[in-house]
Amino acid sequence: MPVVKLRAPLSELAGGNKELELDGSTVAEVLQALEREHPDVKGWILDERGLIREHINVFVNKDYGREDTAVNASDRLHVLPAISGG
Amino acid sequence: MTELLVGTKKGLFVLEGEAGGPFAVTSRAFAGEPVEFAMRDDRNARTFAAVTSAFYGPKLFYSDDLSDEWQQAEGIALPEEAEKAMTRLWSVVPGEKDGLMYAGGDPGVLFESHDGGETWALNQWFWEQPTRPDWSPGAGGMCLHSIATWPGDPARIALAISAVGVWLSDDGGRTWRHGNNGLYPRYMPEEARTDTIDLCVHNMHRAPKRPERLFMQFHGGVYRSDDAGESWVSIADGLPSDFGFPMVIDPDDPDNAYVIPLVADIDRTTPEGKVRVYETRDAGTSWIERGDGLPSSNAYLTILRQAFCREGSGPSMGLYFGATSGDVFGSRDAGKTWFTAATNLPPVHSVRAA
Repeated sequence: MPVVKLRAPLSELAGGNKELELDGSTVAEVLQALEREHPDVKGWILDERGLIREHINVFVNKDYGREDTAVNASDRLHVLPAISGG
Repeated sequence: MTELLVGTKKGLFVLEGEAGGPFAVTSRAFAGEPVEFAMRDDRNARTFAAVTSAFYGPKLFYSDDLSDEWQQAEGIALPEEAEKAMTRLWSVVPGEKDGLMYAGGDPGVLFESHDGGETWALNQWFWEQPTRPDWSPGAGGMCLHSIATWPGDPARIALAISAVGVWLSDDGGRTWRHGNNGLYPRYMPEEARTDTIDLCVHNMHRAPKRPERLFMQFHGGVYRSDDAGESWVSIADGLPSDFGFPMVIDPDDPDNAYVIPLVADIDRTTPEGKVRVYETRDAGTSWIERGDGLPSSNAYLTILRQAFCREGSGPSMGLYFGATSGDVFGSRDAGKTWFTAATNLPPVHSVRAA
């Protein structure tokens, strides 16, 4: 199964897990699986429409991913805050 | 001892101190995150903080003891089928029944809680206003920032939104109507000033001892209503500018209100480099400049919408406001004299006495 890598505060919301194996064939499906397994994450990565928040980057391995990006069992998803802000 | 909840661009600061200042920072929460608004519900001492992470979106947290962990409130979200996502929470207000609370946010949405703020639900009737597709945001977004309850009557509510004007309900929020008569948006083309709903209210407060009276700071205008928000009259004469954001009223004196004018929408700083609060004691017929103890030269401050509050009432009423400069000022004599409560904080978004 794909592996999702999280940093604080998301890892804290996911029960202290910095890595999780989660099922899914797209980025959205994997992140929805994360929300089902750890409901406290709901609303933090995906907004209420199911879209990745504007200032969150999800990488599939080394490439930017979007909601519909395909994910294979050997892929690693990195959920990172964007380099933005002030 | 006064305790202030100061929401800033970089977290919530709790300040404590005596009249004369300075206040001490006694705790900090949500370090690094923008805290748009924080308040304590006097009924149960529960503290709320609206946090708008640039990354993780707007969240509402509560704590019954600031030394405890903060809990995330549930239900602050739009329907999944909405075209927009929640952007920001601007206000949290106790209602007129046990456990009833309201929260206002962007995009022009009202939430209700019936369990003291632990779980929330969107006010569906307001969400489904037929004109909503035509609503326009102000520069700060489409913020529902003012929620004026009617003392003792949970059925009567007035809302104000930038930039969708005043909304009134007499049935606890099931039906809504406009309350915009008399508002004059000079930022609109002349031909469109009388029948537009693009009305940029900056702040609105109800006088609890005379609840049919409300005061309003508008985007270019200061107004009073004596008919529960149905119509408005200008009370801006005597002010150095009719532009500004924050407003405070004395809950025991329906003739008493305070504003902090800024130059204009194109220059949102204190006029002439002087920080001045203006007080009316006659419902807006005249204004008194209050600046004893406030910076009086080379001071070009911006005081945001939720960054002005009161503590108590009457001649010993406390007044506190913070600026985007990171300064917080206070008065313990209803504005006659002022002191500096804090400096060097991050830009201040909100100030409330706890």
